[in-house]
Amino acid sequence: MTPGPAHLLAVDPAGLGGVVLRAPFGPERDAWLAALRAMMPAGAPWRRIPPDLPDNRLFGGLDLAATLAHGRPVAEAGVLASVDGGLLVVAMAERMSAATAARIAAVLDRQEVAVEREGLRLHAPARFGLVLLDEGIAPDEAPPAALLERVAFRAMPDRHPPEVVQTAAARARLPRVRLPPRMLEALTGAAAELGVDSPRAVLFALRAARAAAALAGRRVVAEEDAALACRLVLAVRATRRPAAGQEAEPEPPPPPPEPAEAESEEEESAPPPPSPEQLTELLVAAAAAHLPPDLLEAVPPRSLAARQGGGRAGAARRHASIGRPIGARPGLPRGEHRLALLETLRAAAPWQVLRPRPPQRLIALRPEDFRIRCFKRRNETTSIFAVDASGSAALHRLAEAKGAVELLLADCYVRRDRVALIAFRGRGAELLLPPTHALARAKRCLAALPGGGATPLAAGLAAALDLACAEERQGRAPLVVVMTDGRANIARDGSAGAARAQEDALEAARALRLARIPAILIDTAPRPQPLARALAEAADALYLPMPAADAARLSRAVGAAARQLESG
Amino acid sequence: MLPAPQQAHAAASRPVFPFTAIVGQEELRLALLLCAVDPMIGGVLALGDRGTGKSTAVRALAQLLPEMPVILGDPYNSEPGPDTPPERIGRMRVPVVDLPLGASEDRVVGALDLERALTRGEKAFEPGLLARAHRGFLYIDEVNLLEDHLVDLLLDVAASGENLVEREGISLRHPARFVLVGSGNPEEGELRPQLLDRFGLAVEVRTPTDLAARIEVVKRRDAFERDPYAFLRRYRRAEERQRAALLRARAWLPRVVVPDQVLEDASRLCLALGTDGLRGELTLVRAARALAALEGQRRVGREQLRRMALPALRHRLRRNPLDDASSSSRVERAVAETLPL
Repeated sequence: MTPGPAHLLAVDPAGLGGVVLRAPFGPERDAWLAALRAMMPAGAPWRRIPPDLPDNRLFGGLDLAATLAHGRPVAEAGVLASVDGGLLVVAMAERMSAATAARIAAVLDRQEVAVEREGLRLHAPARFGLVLLDEGIAPDEAPPAALLERVAFRAMPDRHPPEVVQTAAARARLPRVRLPPRMLEALTGAAAELGVDSPRAVLFALRAARAAAALAGRRVVAEEDAALACRLVLAVRATRRPAAGQEAEPEPPPPPPEPAEAESEEEESAPPPPSPEQLTELLVAAAAAHLPPDLLEAVPPRSLAARQGGGRAGAARRHASIGRPIGARPGLPRGEHRLALLETLRAAAPWQVLRPRPPQRLIALRPEDFRIRCFKRRNETTSIFAVDASGSAALHRLAEAKGAVELLLADCYVRRDRVALIAFRGRGAELLLPPTHALARAKRCLAALPGGGATPLAAGLAAALDLACAEERQGRAPLVVVMTDGRANIARDGSAGAARAQEDALEAARALRLARIPAILIDTAPRPQPLARALAEAADALYLPMPAADAARLSRAVGAAARQLESG
Repeated sequence: MLPAPQQAHAAASRPVFPFTAIVGQEELRLALLLCAVDPMIGGVLALGDRGTGKSTAVRALAQLLPEMPVILGDPYNSEPGPDTPPERIGRMRVPVVDLPLGASEDRVVGALDLERALTRGEKAFEPGLLARAHRGFLYIDEVNLLEDHLVDLLLDVAASGENLVEREGISLRHPARFVLVGSGNPEEGELRPQLLDRFGLAVEVRTPTDLAARIEVVKRRDAFERDPYAFLRRYRRAEERQRAALLRARAWLPRVVVPDQVLEDASRLCLALGTDGLRGELTLVRAARALAALEGQRRVGREQLRRMALPALRHRLRRNPLDDASSSSRVERAVAETLPL
């Protein structure tokens, strides 16, 4: 049996940090989890939580109901402290907010929970592993980057769940497993080859190799353990195809068999150890063999990988404590919710004559009296630029359109908007830049945008709509800015033909209206086109023909639309 | 004069990776040391990739600093005065307070103490993170993703050294002097220029590209995790030397002379770069002075100025937000032109 993530994780749950299981809900995933659970030590805690548990449930805090009942502070232990020594399963981890993730990450780093608030001081050990259930579908739907960094493995359960094996002996052996320095050097080298920059990943690989050796009953990490670790930990993080692995380079010649060196600990009459460089090559070759051929196309470029999840962080969806106060509502003041003291007292006052008053207290409060503050927060706007980069547009005024978008970007900077960039040309639409605050990157992306090809307008509009809906789900206000001459000639399904294409484009525009996504259509044709105008009407979009629209007017129009969004 | 030191807080937590065992990151380490020599420099902004050990460096530095005397049970880490009864004087480690992303304003500045309000009907103040960071470090990971209003608040407190609370019927002020250390990845979102300018020094942090250095990073980290206490013992001497150097520099700082020529050079450099306001010059001179103190120099020379120009000025250039010409190269060019050796 080749050990997989489940086996290694069961051997060293806290050291390896955990695993991301990317799979929809289903029997495969359940079987995988059941196998993992069966291999964990008997009695090890196993807790399952939703993605956004309030802080006092996660870390512990004041138990309000008990505190009121007893008239003295009663602490409530958090989930993180209760899984010490076990695993914490996070359902729908792709929906976890970056704020929660950052706090869990801090606990993982320190391996203890420390709460000092609400007049309580709690310190509890919390050494645990995470199982992040990632049910994301879109490629950019992923658990927060802060947590992805801190779990060793990625797994995709299939129909064959991991075989359940005995792990207790391996766990007992683990602390004494030795890792030869050349293995450390080889794994670090392999990480560099695969473009894995984070030292954390290499440390995980070392621990995985140790766990694999312990599982195989070895006291010294062997090559196959390192190769396994390289494949399970490093290859899944690869950001580039290893240089040497691709060329038809002959396998490094097996070193001539010499009598084993006098390394007393290596009891098996081992083959002579290859040098770290040779070992690196071996490891990388082994990992490369397991890289699916299309994986690297799917791997986003480095900066994007770093951005994922992280970029989403700045805009926590809905803050209970940020913004303009707009009154109070019943609710318990825990986590981010702040107590509205006056309103609470006012709610409790009428009942005082009826309620028995506990000794030494001025008033008798019940949980149902609590009122918490409500806040209204300005919605953050995401401007989604869908730019027609087809041949007809390129011919006319792609350069001018780019210029106009640049001006709009400068406006977005002033308003602290997020921007995203979609280009459509040839066969389909492409998300060039996922929503970001980094406007300099947007500008670079735009400058590098080539023109030419057919006009898949329907695909472009559909991509913009998808992104806009995703942004809306995240609690932001999307604004779609389409720049096109309206002359579609590629239909939704990719087939050529102007009539079908126009029909599909109108259809896609109507979908924008149905979703109530505010939109602006900038007609880039030299003369205003009836086609573009019809499209704007179908989408209920503001229509701005470029010839009449100098850059300043464009920017005013988009600015006005954005302001409307904010106030609305 | 001080009684037998008492642990003010349960500081016997997990061991911290030693400062002197950090591989590479010279710029970040130097910037942190300089802020420890002269907190007036105004904090460090570290921009770079994830997992490069930025927070490790901050924690390690705090560990390096000697424990400070505090009044026992005081939530503001106050320094004992001449009239503090000796039995109330304790010692504590220099605090490093993390500001988690998504922290609410109440957590940061402090708020009404809920428990006491509810159970005893008292109006009491529950100090926030700013109070805990007094005389230590406030570390903000991903500062570029922090809510704007929180950033404003932090910078305001960091500049004034005092936290002013006016909320929920509470009105008080308490000292909050700390070294602000921010980190972030500019790819994930940019910092407003007003905010950039408020950090004293800005350094760039990168994963080492050299394989030998990377191996050394992993090796030390792995050794530390396998047996932290043995690892700490190995670095104890180096840590002590570094601590002694730091304390010497602190004592030496007030006596370091800043010649007029150096002030003039600093102004000329800032003029050439077109930095707004005087904060650039001030920070540059302070950093150069701290550097001279750290190196045991009697007076600040052009040499120190040249070395500190990059971290002190690279984030203060006025630039078009959409222009991505590297500011570092602009500073380097200006240094070469205005301050030739």
